[in-house]
Amino acid sequence: MKRLALNATAVAVLIVTIFPVYWMFLTAFKPTRDIQSDTPTFWPAHPTLDHFVTAVNAPGFWTYWRNSLLVTAGAVLIALVVALMAAFAVARMRWRGRGAFVVAVFAAQMAPWEALLVPVFIIARDTDLLDSLAMLTGVYFMITLPFTIVTLRGFLAAIPPELEEAAQVDGCSRVVAFRRVVFPLLAPGLMATSLFGFITAWNEFAFVNVLIIKDQDKRTLPVWLSSFRDVFGTDWGATMAAASLFALPVLLLFLFLQRHVGTGMTAGAVKG
Amino acid sequence: MRGRSPWPYLLIAPTVAGGAFLLLYPLLKAAVISFQHFRMGELIRGGAAFAGLENYAELLAGEEFWQVLLRTLAWTAINVVLIVVLATGVALMLPRLRRGLRLALMSALALAWAMPIIAATTVFQWLFQSELGVVNWLLVTLGFDSFQGYTWFANGTATFAVLVVLVVWQSVPFAALTLYAGLTTIPVELFESARIDGGTGRQVFCRVTFPMLRQLFALVAALEVIWVAKCFPQIWVLSQGGPGDATTTLPVYAFKIARVLHRYDLGSAVAMLTVLLLAVALVANLRRMVRS
Repeated sequence: MKRLALNATAVAVLIVTIFPVYWMFLTAFKPTRDIQSDTPTFWPAHPTLDHFVTAVNAPGFWTYWRNSLLVTAGAVLIALVVALMAAFAVARMRWRGRGAFVVAVFAAQMAPWEALLVPVFIIARDTDLLDSLAMLTGVYFMITLPFTIVTLRGFLAAIPPELEEAAQVDGCSRVVAFRRVVFPLLAPGLMATSLFGFITAWNEFAFVNVLIIKDQDKRTLPVWLSSFRDVFGTDWGATMAAASLFALPVLLLFLFLQRHVGTGMTAGAVKG
Repeated sequence: MRGRSPWPYLLIAPTVAGGAFLLLYPLLKAAVISFQHFRMGELIRGGAAFAGLENYAELLAGEEFWQVLLRTLAWTAINVVLIVVLATGVALMLPRLRRGLRLALMSALALAWAMPIIAATTVFQWLFQSELGVVNWLLVTLGFDSFQGYTWFANGTATFAVLVVLVVWQSVPFAALTLYAGLTTIPVELFESARIDGGTGRQVFCRVTFPMLRQLFALVAALEVIWVAKCFPQIWVLSQGGPGDATTTLPVYAFKIARVLHRYDLGSAVAMLTVLLLAVALVANLRRMVRS
């Protein structure tokens, strides 16, 4: 009896959790007449790709898709390299100012980015970086950097330094020891961290609204999707198809890397 | 490695440079603007005049700011309590499930967590759509006939409720999976001995589980407070703070003032006050995290 109640609750939670995602894909595949019927259908009775065709052919779709990918990938890669250097200095070296640096990085994790919209806009304007993907990449890099440092430091701290020392005793230089010994062990950490960075940048909405003002071709997918009413009106099928195409890369990455995600979270959060 | 080696400083140089140019400098600038007379004209021409505490005085003297502040407190409290309670429930449930069901539920949580914010927001607009939305259909089918064609986004309280559902739906997976990951680090022997000593489920949670995970609970709660209090895109896309002012929280208020009224000085003052409030609320927590 208790078992039954537990399972029933679990199934209810499962349904509530997955339903919005399922409904998005389902609506995207439904023909318009099914979407507009009074009694909704809960499985794809007459699947169609019409809405995806509408979404993909909407003006600018591929440009925005490419912009999003460029900005996100750029920000994540730069953040990984820069964060790896800083995390290594924090986890493996003793130096004056290290404590203060760690506190600063922690504090930066909670940076009030919404408060910086106006000043960042002014900085971008004064340096001729308005309407530029480079500035957007820079901001996204900085938003993801503190978190990346903290998480990578957690992963690095979990790898015993004796491993590198042993390699160095065997005649490797410090750099080679890092590349051959630590880097492979760090791979899951790098994956988990880049995934979070990817999601943050892929999602970002406020800065792109403020930094891209005249050149509409520099917009990214979130802005485009948020203005779907201007594009599709009340065509919910096309809107859900667009949302699906926007969500799909992240959902696939997440399912694919799910195993590493849990450990990544605890390594970053608990060990700090 | 102790002493004068330049390496650590070279390694952190890019981080420091990035932080100085893209974080510290804008933050100082925002603080300065909040003490200036800074509107459309000053944005274009420059040469903003120092205004002392005028912006803050204007804010604190007006009724609107206090309403928004109260609303933000309510918004944060409702969401964080719901998130932590539901996430704890799910986290405690997960280890008790059979393997297949557990994996299915964890995958579902991962999917909901990964769902991009704007995509989720768009989907919720569709779920709660008045004529064709599946939520209204479900409510009518369950016998709540007043929801026939109910327009959620025309009513302040209803819009607020939809936003709470959206934010809780988006936040529970992260909190639940993090707490579950913490739960798995507690040695099973502890639970067993507590049971053998005759502890009930509630006692085991209060005496064993919670104390063991106190830090993790504090961390999750702190992260959720920040996340919920600063939450902006969902509200902006779904309701733009409306109808009326019903869903205008502090970040939305700051954005509205700056973007719509071109009062960059006042917007910056709101942002600074938000930062101050969050900092005060979280400083104890931050200390604890740094110490460990």
